[in-house]
Amino acid sequence: MSQTAVAIAAPAVVKPKVGRDDWIMRLCMAGIGVFLAVAVLLPLYTMLSKSLENKDGDFIGLANYAEYFNTPALFLSGINSLYISVICTVIVLGTAFVYGYALTRTDMPFKWFFRLVAVVPLLTPSLLSGISLVYWFGRQGVARELLLGESIYGPIGIIIGSSYWVFPHALMIVITALSITDARLYEAATALRTSAVKTFFTVTLPGCKYGLISAGFVVFILVFTDFGVPKVIGGNFNMLATDIYKQVIGQQNFQMGAVVSVILLVPAVIAFSVDRIVQRKQVALLSARAVPYQPKPNRKLDMAMLAFCSFVALLILLMIGMAQYAALITFWPYNLELTLGNYDFDLANGGGWDSFFNSVRMSLYTALFGTIIIFFGAYLVEKGRGFVAGRSTFHAIAMLPLAVPGMVLGLSYIFFFNNPANPFNFIYGTMVILVVATVAHFYTVSHLTAVTALKQMDAEFESVSASLKTPFYRTFFVVTVPVCLPAILDVSMYLFLNAMTTVSAVVFIYSTETTLASVAVLNMDDQGELPFAAAMAMTIAYTCAAARILHMLLSRGITRSTQAWRTR
Amino acid sequence: MAAEATTEAGSTPYLVIQNLTKKFGAFTALADISLDVFEREFVCFLGPSGCGKTTLLRAIAGLDIQTTGSINQAGRDISALPPAERDFGIVFQSYALFPNLTVNKNVAYGLENRKLPAAQIKSRVEELLALVGLTDQGIKYPAQLSGGQQQRVALARALAISPGLLLLDEPLSALDAKVRGHLRREIKDLQERLRVTTIMVTHDQEEALTMADRIVVMDQGVIEQIGTPKEIYGAPATAFVADFIGTMNFVPGTVEEGGTVKVGNVKLKCNTGGNAAGADITFAIRPEDINAIDFETGENVVDVEVTFMEFLGSFCRVNLGGDALGGQDLRADFSINLMRRKSMEVGSVLPVYFPPEFIRVYARS
Repeated sequence: MSQTAVAIAAPAVVKPKVGRDDWIMRLCMAGIGVFLAVAVLLPLYTMLSKSLENKDGDFIGLANYAEYFNTPALFLSGINSLYISVICTVIVLGTAFVYGYALTRTDMPFKWFFRLVAVVPLLTPSLLSGISLVYWFGRQGVARELLLGESIYGPIGIIIGSSYWVFPHALMIVITALSITDARLYEAATALRTSAVKTFFTVTLPGCKYGLISAGFVVFILVFTDFGVPKVIGGNFNMLATDIYKQVIGQQNFQMGAVVSVILLVPAVIAFSVDRIVQRKQVALLSARAVPYQPKPNRKLDMAMLAFCSFVALLILLMIGMAQYAALITFWPYNLELTLGNYDFDLANGGGWDSFFNSVRMSLYTALFGTIIIFFGAYLVEKGRGFVAGRSTFHAIAMLPLAVPGMVLGLSYIFFFNNPANPFNFIYGTMVILVVATVAHFYTVSHLTAVTALKQMDAEFESVSASLKTPFYRTFFVVTVPVCLPAILDVSMYLFLNAMTTVSAVVFIYSTETTLASVAVLNMDDQGELPFAAAMAMTIAYTCAAARILHMLLSRGITRSTQAWRTR
Repeated sequence: MAAEATTEAGSTPYLVIQNLTKKFGAFTALADISLDVFEREFVCFLGPSGCGKTTLLRAIAGLDIQTTGSINQAGRDISALPPAERDFGIVFQSYALFPNLTVNKNVAYGLENRKLPAAQIKSRVEELLALVGLTDQGIKYPAQLSGGQQQRVALARALAISPGLLLLDEPLSALDAKVRGHLRREIKDLQERLRVTTIMVTHDQEEALTMADRIVVMDQGVIEQIGTPKEIYGAPATAFVADFIGTMNFVPGTVEEGGTVKVGNVKLKCNTGGNAAGADITFAIRPEDINAIDFETGENVVDVEVTFMEFLGSFCRVNLGGDALGGQDLRADFSINLMRRKSMEVGSVLPVYFPPEFIRVYARS
């Protein structure tokens, strides 16, 4: 039988021609992709494989992990880390929610003051809270009786110190979540004669639930992976992050350091992934027609909130105040005369003024090159045309660093860059590796800030400029960058502050030529030079505060001069 | 699909779209679209949201290139070219004006790239701003202009490079009704003066009917009908077009012998649209085409009962029912004048005439 049906050839799929702009964009993206691979992916991979090797570099499977789980002391650190992180999460989340609620939903007076105080911990290395706690509650502390015989060196100190420095991180997320609301929901609740309590549970809480969950995860990850606070105030109470330090710096046991790193990485990655999934569920509650919420005076509530916020602010100020005081004391607790002698860092063993200037240099480089790389990368992801697979892969890699604890990143840099066979080996021990590590470490948040700013721009700018035969880079420099300048400044500020205060990412990879201020604080504390440590930590704080003020003035100036178009 | 209509525009096809299909994963946004646009013609893509009209426009612009099929512009195959290598100017609903550049800079944006002398750019910008009626507004920033003014700047910017094809993506949708009506006429005048081939996407039938030389009505990724506004309104090719544009009565019926259809209990003479006797059809007539004024009794005259009246100012919308129509209601528009003369009220029975030339018959599946 003959075939009656005639097979019709499927029409040819149109293969879009890749234009000149597209080629340039793809090349740039590949360039930044290579940077991310070298700065994040390859080192992590090297570390993973190291954890499966013995000291001679032979593959031994999971033997290191077996050893880890059979060493009660090491295993206990994991339990300790979990325990401390959960407690801190509860404390910080509760405090940040009430504090944030007071700032956004009540008519409490002096809000500006409380906003200002809340960001103070961001200006200092996490180590500072540990040092301050030693002066308050240590063996010669002024208020040690308050602990009723308990030692501050251990879980108590870690919980207080960690809660102090992660508080602003949680608060910022909570404030954002609480700010996004529609006043009409509350008007509807009032019109239906819903009680204030019921309104809180049916409108307020559900509205900010995703923000709270996110803040919870952030606190958990930060405390779980933090190294500074437990190092200074942890005493014999071991946590995972300090274990890595001890294994690597103390015992030179790199393999076990790698194992602990992987174990530290796992919960952080899980918490991070869950948070991402939860965030995806958050749909825009704020439609364009939403009416902003205006809190009404409520004397009882406002006063209660004022009392609460004052208490929290007082704790923050006592913490940093003590560090400042300690930096100015001649010889605690015997000679309380004020002196500037502790600022003569060249006399200390932990690191001189050189480390401070190294830090400033490193932070400036990080802010400059980091902002350029991150903003341009975000632009390519957000505004590129076609090449969907490449763009989404890039975005996924950019999200990864947030889940990688600084200690883990730093350690994996040793494994990766210290290998003479590595073509990038020449940056080891230089300023470059510190900048690369810091940019990589703080990549994600900066990337997201940039993406958010870019998303707010009209999606058709690129289409219009293509129709006008204008190359994309002209529109990028003439339109995109000027319009996004506030966000670009924010990113560079964020990078600068973090570069000044970070310890964990750089503690393994600085060299004698490139000592840093934050590491100097750590080393001074190690050497028992607490007054120097306090003075150095405070010097970092002054620098950060000055940078923030400069940033504020700059932002304001830019808004006034170049952003004149924003006003009608 | 209607045959190619003759238009006042040129008779050479400027843009030839052949068998265009666009798929997003498993979803087919455009299915086998073929269409010619003639030189100097103003064509509107009209349809409900999600019908594929914007997808088609973006394929023509090269912003979202089609999966299969070809596009030829002025004899050049542009099917796979990126937007920068095509010849068009585009105006979006959001205007997409560069907010940090003045109106002058926005309009000059495409010109500055061509290494023209500054004086020449300046005079061209002035010329364009005069063209859209915005002389002396050049030093302002977009945010300082009203929506309508911003849209004119966007238009001037798109026209600055003298494109062969002007694409307008819902350009008036973000404006309020009064400005919209005004700008509608202005854009049409401008298009006629500049004689630029123009394609506009809209979901607003009034906009399409008043501005277009030809309308392309689309639904679910296919073209339902192509024709002049009069053809589209007067002789909608499908039930969808009839329903989407203007108001239409739809009543089920069957085709009888001798070029008639049976609706309710009456037989009406009409063009059966090629449906064979016995076929189930949908009978359709516009409310304004039901005639209650003087006519001879006879063919297509039916006694109906007024069941409902709605006063709408200069005319009334009246529901006509009764046994003859089998209990089904038809809506008719009667002028107040006529209603007074016939002393029409709810419950009155009167003869109305269904002109055969205005009756449309669509196959019912």
